Amino acid sequence: MTKATLDRRQVLKALFPRPGDYLFVSGLAGASKDAAGLTDDGDNLFTMAGTMGAAVPMGLGIALSAPDAKVAVITGDGELLMMVGALATVATMAPANLSIVCLDNARHGETGNQPGHTGVRTDLAKMGEGAGLPSTLMIAGADELAKGAKFLREAKGPRLLVARVTDGPATAYVRNMDPSACRLRFRNAYLGIR
Amino acid sequence: MLKPDKNAWSTQLFNDLIDAGVRLFAYIPDAGNAKLIELAEAHNEARVVLLTSEEEGIAVCAGADLVGKRAVMCMQSSGVGNCPNFLSLVKGGRFPILLVVSMRGDYGEQNPWQYPMGQAVEPVLKAMGVLTFRVETPDELQPATAAAVNAAFEGGFGAALILSQKFLGAKPFPKRKAP
Repeated sequence: MTKATLDRRQVLKALFPRPGDYLFVSGLAGASKDAAGLTDDGDNLFTMAGTMGAAVPMGLGIALSAPDAKVAVITGDGELLMMVGALATVATMAPANLSIVCLDNARHGETGNQPGHTGVRTDLAKMGEGAGLPSTLMIAGADELAKGAKFLREAKGPRLLVARVTDGPATAYVRNMDPSACRLRFRNAYLGIR
Repeated sequence: MLKPDKNAWSTQLFNDLIDAGVRLFAYIPDAGNAKLIELAEAHNEARVVLLTSEEEGIAVCAGADLVGKRAVMCMQSSGVGNCPNFLSLVKGGRFPILLVVSMRGDYGEQNPWQYPMGQAVEPVLKAMGVLTFRVETPDELQPATAAAVNAAFEGGFGAALILSQKFLGAKPFPKRKAP
């Protein structure tokens, strides 16, 4: 598999030059730190710090319920594998407004950087393709970020972008981890409730 | 006691859920929710979401809530065992998660594999902060549905409508020959 040279902290900024255009949901640990860094922990982002595996199905629930919104899931390789069947659910429902970005460092970063399956033989882009997603792409270097951004803009949805990144630290961002407050923040902003 | 007519009670439950504003029906197939899901598939505003594992449905319902929509998760009792970690969204996030659980391992069960999880359904749900509303007889269905819908969407709780095997009728199994 392609050797990763990409620093995860560069990825989301390059993929989402206008983060205000999206509704984001991000899974636990590094994915949520990077997503909070991208949006300044904005009210268009719901981050998790538990419920490992929930990011993709939660993004699906948003995408199906808000078909006019652009929805992006930010997740990691460990989380995506934990609920990998959700890729089949996404493929079957086929919401064109859903993008999944997996920051794949082949590590369980939050618990001590223990190695994961994608550092051995597992290829998440191929798993997405096998699930039936119409568009999948793997990138591994900074020179491919523009291709990744174009993929998110133009490839037929639902789409899965796997960014192979080095095992360095996630964005240093201390976000709000109160799930109830974050739910209301997101919901009220979307529904225009003050 | 007469076994309730599946078409009739499923139609009643479906209509009550639609009247409550539910439009997304996430599910893992079960004999107990088959007719309900058929009705949702045929309805022009409702959508059904076939999952691969029940906890996915908890997250799908939470996603719908984040944009102000109402969803329900329909599953067999065994699937409750797949859900507890994701049910953290109930106690921690006050997501209004509504479940319809069709029981196995309950009154009249003949499959020994169904008992352990069937008997653990209500303790597991209660441990995760989900209120349970059990239906034993046909006349309990409508009030229990209303109570579960209110607990979820007005109360901001997790709420499970538990369709007992006394209500649904136990699945028949062929008898083994005596050794």
